[in-house]
Amino acid sequence: MSSIISIKGLSKTYAGGFEALKSVDLDIGEGEIFALLGPNGAGKTTLIGVVCGLVTPTAGTVTVDGHDIIRDFRATRSRIGLVPQEMSIDMFTTVWSSVSFSRGLFGKPPDPAYIEQVLRDLSLWDKKDEQIRTLSGGMKRRVMIAKALAHEPEILFLDEPTAGVDVELRQSMWQVIGRLREHGVTIILTTHYIEEAEQMADRVGVISRGEIVVVEETGTLMNKMGRKQLILYLSEPLAALPAELGVNGLELSAGGTELHFDYDTHADRTGITTLLANLNRAGLSVRDLETRQSSLEEIFVDLVGSQS
Amino acid sequence: MNMRAVASIYHAEMARTGRTLMQSVLAPVISTSLYFVVFGAAIGSRIEEIDGVGYGAFIVPGLVMMMILMQSVSNGSIGIYFPKFNGTVYEILSAPISAFEIVIGYVGAAATKSLILGALVLATAAFFVPLEVQHPLAMLAFLVLTSLTFSLFGFIIGIWADNFEQLSVVPMLIVTPLTFLGGSFYSISVLPPFWQTVTLFNPVVYLISGFRWSFYGVSDVDVGISLLAVLGFFLLCLIIVWWMFRTGYRLKT
Ligand SMILES: Nc1ncnc2c1ncn2[C@@H]1O[C@H](COP(=O)(O)OP(=O)(O)O)[C@@H](O)[C@H]1O
Ligand SMILES: [Mg+2]
Repeated sequence: MSSIISIKGLSKTYAGGFEALKSVDLDIGEGEIFALLGPNGAGKTTLIGVVCGLVTPTAGTVTVDGHDIIRDFRATRSRIGLVPQEMSIDMFTTVWSSVSFSRGLFGKPPDPAYIEQVLRDLSLWDKKDEQIRTLSGGMKRRVMIAKALAHEPEILFLDEPTAGVDVELRQSMWQVIGRLREHGVTIILTTHYIEEAEQMADRVGVISRGEIVVVEETGTLMNKMGRKQLILYLSEPLAALPAELGVNGLELSAGGTELHFDYDTHADRTGITTLLANLNRAGLSVRDLETRQSSLEEIFVDLVGSQS
Repeated sequence: MNMRAVASIYHAEMARTGRTLMQSVLAPVISTSLYFVVFGAAIGSRIEEIDGVGYGAFIVPGLVMMMILMQSVSNGSIGIYFPKFNGTVYEILSAPISAFEIVIGYVGAAATKSLILGALVLATAAFFVPLEVQHPLAMLAFLVLTSLTFSLFGFIIGIWADNFEQLSVVPMLIVTPLTFLGGSFYSISVLPPFWQTVTLFNPVVYLISGFRWSFYGVSDVDVGISLLAVLGFFLLCLIIVWWMFRTGYRLKT
C-alpha cells in the first residue's frame, strides 16, 4: 500500500506554550480507512488541522500525494475534504447553494448531477431548497459531509463524525463511508470509541498527549487487545527454562523467580492447562500467580485514566 | 489563480446582500437621501453658496462619500468577521485558495455593494438638487478607489475583531468622527487657521475634497494630493492584509 499522506516529525506548540503534537510520524495508505483513536485533548483535531491548513505547524513536514502542504497547498488542499468536529455552517443559505458554494471554493466547475448524487446519498435531496437553519441537527451534520464531498476529494477527514449522533444517522454515515471507500477515497476519522474504530477501520492509530502511541492493522490490534499474560511466581529461582514445559510464549524473568506466559484469550486452547500440568510434572512449585492484560490494554487503561 | 473560488466567494457575498436588501441597500439610500431633503431642499436655500455652488448641491459629494465610506467599512468587516464568528471560516482556510484570492472575493463584493449604493444615492440626489459632473472619469476613479480602500480597511477590522464590540468600535470612534469632520458640510476654508491645519491630518478631507472637485471643479486641497492620499491608504491596507495572512494573524492557530 503506497502512502497518500506522509507526516514527519510534526510538532505543534500553541501560542500559550502548550505542546499539542510532539514530533508525530504517521503514514496514511491510499484508499484505506484510518481511525485516529485517543481521548479528548490528545491532539487529534490539531493533527487534522495541520494537514488541512487550519493550524500552522511549529516543526515537521506533511506531504499529501507527494506535495508539501505549505509550499504546494493548492495541490494538497484540492484533494482533501474536511468535516470538522464543530457544527459550523451558514444557517441562512439553502442546502443546495451551500454545497454548490463549497464545490466552487475548491475550484471545480459546477456539476449539478454530481451534487444531486451527493445529496441523494445523504438523504438530503428533498431538503435541497430548505434553509439550513430549518434542518434538524442530524441533517445539518449531513450537509457538512455533503459540503466536504462537493469537490470530489480523494481524501476525507471526519473529525468525530459520530459524537452526539443518533443510531440511525450513525448507520447511514457508515454506509456513506463504505461507499466512498469502494470509490477509492482515503478516509481518516477520529473517535474516542474503540468499538467504532474496530468496526470500520483498516488501521488504527492511537494518539495520547500529542504522541502516536501505536499504529496497527485493526485485526492485529484487536488480537493484541485479546492477549493476556500469566505470571507465575516460583518458590525457587530457575537458572534456565526447563525444556519439558512444552508451551510457546514462555519467558523467564525477575532473576529466574517469575515465569511469564503470553496467551490469547480468544484462542480455543490457551495452553494454560498444559503449562500447569507440565510445571507439576517438572516438580516446580508455584508460590503465587497473577494474570495481566497485554500492554495495549494497559495503554487504553492509561488513556482513559488521563481523561479524568 | 483559482478564479472559481473568487467567483464563489463574490457571489455568496452578493447573495447575502440580496437576502438583506432592506437593511443593506434601502436603509443607507433612504437615510442619506434624508440629508438632501433637509439640508438641500429645506434649509439649503437659506444658506449662502460655497465657492459658487448652492449649498444643497455642495453637500452631495461629501454625503455620498460619507455613506460609501461607512458602508464599505461595515460590509468589508462583516464579510470576514461573520465566518470567523460562526466557524465557517474553516472552509475558506482549508480551500485551495491564496490570501490574495480571498481578499479579492470579499473586498470585491463589499466594494461592489458600495458602488451600487453610491450610484443609487447619486441618482436620488439628482431629484432634489441640481447636480453637475465636470470630471466624470475622476468621479468614477474616486468612487472605485474609495470603495475598494475602505472595504479593505473594513476587512482588516473584521480579521482583527474578536467580538462584536471590537467590530463596531473602530467605525464608531474613528471612522464616523473623521467622516463628519471631513468637510462634507462645509469648506475647510471657513475654519480658523489652526483647525484648518489640524483638519489636514484627517484623510477623509482629501477624499471628499477630491470627489467634490470632480463635480464642481472646486476643492479644498489639490486633486493630485487627494488621489495620492487615497492610493497611499490603499497600499497601506494591502500591506497590513498581506502581513495578516502571512502570519495567520487571528485566522489560524
Ligand atoms: N487554539 C488553541 N490554543 C491553545 N491550546 C489549544 C488550542 N486548540 C487546542 N488546544 C489544546 O491542544 C490540545 C489538543 O487539542 P485537540 O487537538 O483539539 O485534541 P482532540 O481533538 O484530540 O480532543 C488540548 O489540550 C487543547 O486544549
Ligand atoms: Mg477534537
